[in-house]
Amino acid sequence: MIEGAKWRRWVYFYIPLGIFIVWLLFPFYWMLVTSVRPDRELYRPWMAPNYAPFWTTHPTLVHIIDLLTQTLFIRWMANTLFIAIVSTLISLFCGLLAGYALSRLKFPFAGMLGTGIFITYLVPQTLLFIPLANIIRNFNLGDTPWALILTYPTFLIPFCTWLLMGYFKAIPRELEECARIDGATRWKAMLYVIFPIAVPGILSAGIFAFTLSWNEFIYALVFLSSAHEKTVSVGVTSELVRGDVFYWGQLMAGALLGSIPVAFIYSFFVEYYVAGLTGSVKG
Amino acid sequence: MAVSGLATRGAFARAPRRGTASRLLEDERWLAAALLLPTVILLALFIAYPFVEGVWLAVTNATVGVPGKFVGLANFEMLWNDSIFRVAVWNTFVYTAVATVFKLGLGLWLALLLNRNFRGKAFTRAFILLPFIIPTVLSTYAWKWMFDPTFSVINWTLFQLDIIHSRINWLGDPGLALISVIIVNVWRGVPFYAISLLAGLQTINPELQEAAAIDGAPPWQRFWHITWPLLLPVTMVVVLFSVIQTFADFQLVYVLTGGGPANATQLFATYAYQLGVGTGLLSQGAAVSLAMFPFLLIIVVVQLLYIRRVEVH
Amino acid sequence: MARVVIRNLNKSYNEVHAVKGVNLEIRDREFMVLVGPSGCGKTTTLRMVAGLESITSGDIVIGETVVNELPPMDRDIAMVFQNYALYPHMSVYDNMAFGLKMRKFARPEIDRRVREAADILGIENLLNRKPRQLSGGQRQRVALGRAIVRHPQVFLFDEPLSNLDAKLRVQMRVELKKIHDRLGTTAIYVTHDQIEAMTLGDRVVVMKDGVVQQVGEPLDLYNEPANRFVAGFLGSPAMNFATVALTDVAGATHALGEGLQLALPPQIGERLRSHIGQQVTLGIRPEDLRVESGEAANGLSFGAVVEVVERLGSEILLDVKVGSGTMVAAVEPTVQAKVRDHLRLALNPERLHFFDCRSEAAI
Ligand SMILES: Nc1ncnc2c1ncn2[C@@H]1O[C@H](COP(=O)(O)OP(=O)(O)OP(=O)(O)O)[C@@H](O)[C@H]1O
Ligand SMILES: [Mg+2]
Repeated sequence: MIEGAKWRRWVYFYIPLGIFIVWLLFPFYWMLVTSVRPDRELYRPWMAPNYAPFWTTHPTLVHIIDLLTQTLFIRWMANTLFIAIVSTLISLFCGLLAGYALSRLKFPFAGMLGTGIFITYLVPQTLLFIPLANIIRNFNLGDTPWALILTYPTFLIPFCTWLLMGYFKAIPRELEECARIDGATRWKAMLYVIFPIAVPGILSAGIFAFTLSWNEFIYALVFLSSAHEKTVSVGVTSELVRGDVFYWGQLMAGALLGSIPVAFIYSFFVEYYVAGLTGSVKG
Repeated sequence: MAVSGLATRGAFARAPRRGTASRLLEDERWLAAALLLPTVILLALFIAYPFVEGVWLAVTNATVGVPGKFVGLANFEMLWNDSIFRVAVWNTFVYTAVATVFKLGLGLWLALLLNRNFRGKAFTRAFILLPFIIPTVLSTYAWKWMFDPTFSVINWTLFQLDIIHSRINWLGDPGLALISVIIVNVWRGVPFYAISLLAGLQTINPELQEAAAIDGAPPWQRFWHITWPLLLPVTMVVVLFSVIQTFADFQLVYVLTGGGPANATQLFATYAYQLGVGTGLLSQGAAVSLAMFPFLLIIVVVQLLYIRRVEVH
Repeated sequence: MARVVIRNLNKSYNEVHAVKGVNLEIRDREFMVLVGPSGCGKTTTLRMVAGLESITSGDIVIGETVVNELPPMDRDIAMVFQNYALYPHMSVYDNMAFGLKMRKFARPEIDRRVREAADILGIENLLNRKPRQLSGGQRQRVALGRAIVRHPQVFLFDEPLSNLDAKLRVQMRVELKKIHDRLGTTAIYVTHDQIEAMTLGDRVVVMKDGVVQQVGEPLDLYNEPANRFVAGFLGSPAMNFATVALTDVAGATHALGEGLQLALPPQIGERLRSHIGQQVTLGIRPEDLRVESGEAANGLSFGAVVEVVERLGSEILLDVKVGSGTMVAAVEPTVQAKVRDHLRLALNPERLHFFDCRSEAAI
């Protein structure tokens, strides 16, 4: 009987879970192996003898060094970081204020505004990128980081607002009422009592927003044109792929290094990230 | 002691004078207006205005650098007769439907696996989310390289396992390209489903399961009659978000196939990009993007209505 | 220190008319208790005094100022909430200092006041803790301390003791009383617990459905309730009610009801004269009933059958059947009574209450 149970546990649990994990993580391993594989191994057809896909006997840093010295990769990283941080801060600022107003204050059209913000939450970037490119050009923002810093909040603010509303609603009203009786203005009660209590929510929203802006692609692709203004995703795409030639070693090295900041932040704040993720889909 | 405290009470000045601004901010309505102002400005400027602009573009014949004149619904008429557009619409629906079904199925399965207790659970959960948090474009390149017909690992593996005997052109074969793209989309989306559904699963009181188990319900019945109905509201919201994102997907296809081969993976967004940015036909590109809108609207409305119904029950 | 005057106060939430024409004057240094069943508008009234809820119509005066339009921070009041509302991210010290900091008091003065309040409440050793590290009773004290340090004109309490267990509640009740005696700050205290109301209040307001039923000193309300509602609400166990018909038998007023046949003394008969020939509600407090060994001489007793005997130690509660109705009698602990015993219960006519059947007002 116990034997049977063990067997079942393998079939129904360990094996499927193992397959899931391999499937989900293999591409990252592949990135890693490719980025340290010398070109002569890289471009050896798989039908050739001695093809060893899962490791390399001659690891090399040449792709990484080339990437860092021959391309603008470091510049792209800096651009992406700057854009992600500033747009996250703007979105957090707006989201905090709006989320507070929508969850705590009574005012005309509150319901309508809340719905409006929820709907913008559902608008995909690909719906508006063409007219938005026009507008960016008209505002003379084309090919500057501000094109992204100002447009990323359009999808980050609704998300932050939505998430933070959930956190604010969970804070007892009495706390800020007490603060107001204690002599705080509404503004100060919000600043000194509500916001500090919502710090976990603010962190979740911030981290999630940061990864979203780091991942964004189409706006960056369309609004930026000069090589030194690009973000990592776009830079890698346009500068490491020349026509039909893919510099796979560098490309994978770029993918790996370009993922590190998000992975790094994520590893420190997994719980907050997951809270943000699950909070974002709470109805 | 208290009395000495009382004596100093006189030091407190009543109702200190304040400026007009701070007095207005004490009023809920004014405060709300002030707090919402930055958000409303940004959203109006970069969502509402582009939307109007998009509608305007779609009814003109503007191209890059040329403002264009009003042409009515001519662009949409052209799309209606455009075979590529029809293919793109069809592809988008297939892509969304198939990917969503697999993401939901596999995500739910993974969530159920993760909902058990085992060593290294937190660790596993953290790693499993990687496909979702790593920039899609970057991880998609890894897939593109894995799919490479000549140099890469997928064909090699299948060959070694004796499943195939000649090389398969995953992204170059029109019959396979859409499947390949869907595989990557599912790969990226499963963690999102799994983690969200896991959160939903964890809110379900385990006593319900135990009660059903005591009543003699087999596992499958327990899942179907207890877990699934309780999970349904969360599932619906997750599906709503995912369907919208999938329907409007761009980056994955852009990187893997660019819409090819022979438009076999062309979606709304990639076609809009190709027309509006690639060819410079702004108005037609805008029309394609905008054509997404009614479909999205229907999807959202139907799902929201369904979610409401589920929640009422 | 200030009086609070409430004039014709009304509050409506859309359809719900929560507070209806309340008039009250709370004197300087007075401890006023608002009591009533759930949903009667106590909290709403208090929140309007605090400025947390807008006023639909009427006036609220604190001290000499009409405060209708003043935001809460300018009303110079302090409030203690049912769930304490301690700021979870601040230490006990900072919780108490917050109000003073907001009012820009100097640091030494803040420190002096916080320590003084901590001393009064015996929480000096908790000052560095966070609220989540405190027990319920300690949180309660901190919440009180936060109100005390402010030296406000008025304290507002909204059921501050209802989250405490029974024993602690009694203890804190006594302590509240002491603190009020010591500080003498005007206080408005909301509760639905009539024992708190009776023990704490200098005066008590009984409310029902947004309307003030009666205002007065606790014992006055207890002994001379203005209507049937107040009579039934105050006192535990509650007053017994029975419908009786008043008749005039040879010049003497008799009250006849289910199993009751009471010959009322002349002075009471006089009071009831206008209701002769009508049905009225008779009210008898349980403690005004006593077990009579023989037939009472004055005709003010009735037969009853014991249904339940509850021995509380200090007294015995007898649930008895009188006719087809039931009554509760609180009798001496020495009384020997068993279930199904037939007893005679005697009463003191001075302690009888009569209410008009329709208006429910006391006669
Ligand atoms: N914000 C609100 N919106 C609508 N109705 C409300 C609101 N607040 C209170 N009410 C209604 O006003 C009435 C009085 O409520 P209130 O909170 O003052 O009762 P209470 O006497 O404090 O009761 P409790 O003892 O339960 O605290 C109730 O009928 C309540 O439903
Ligand atoms: Mg209340």
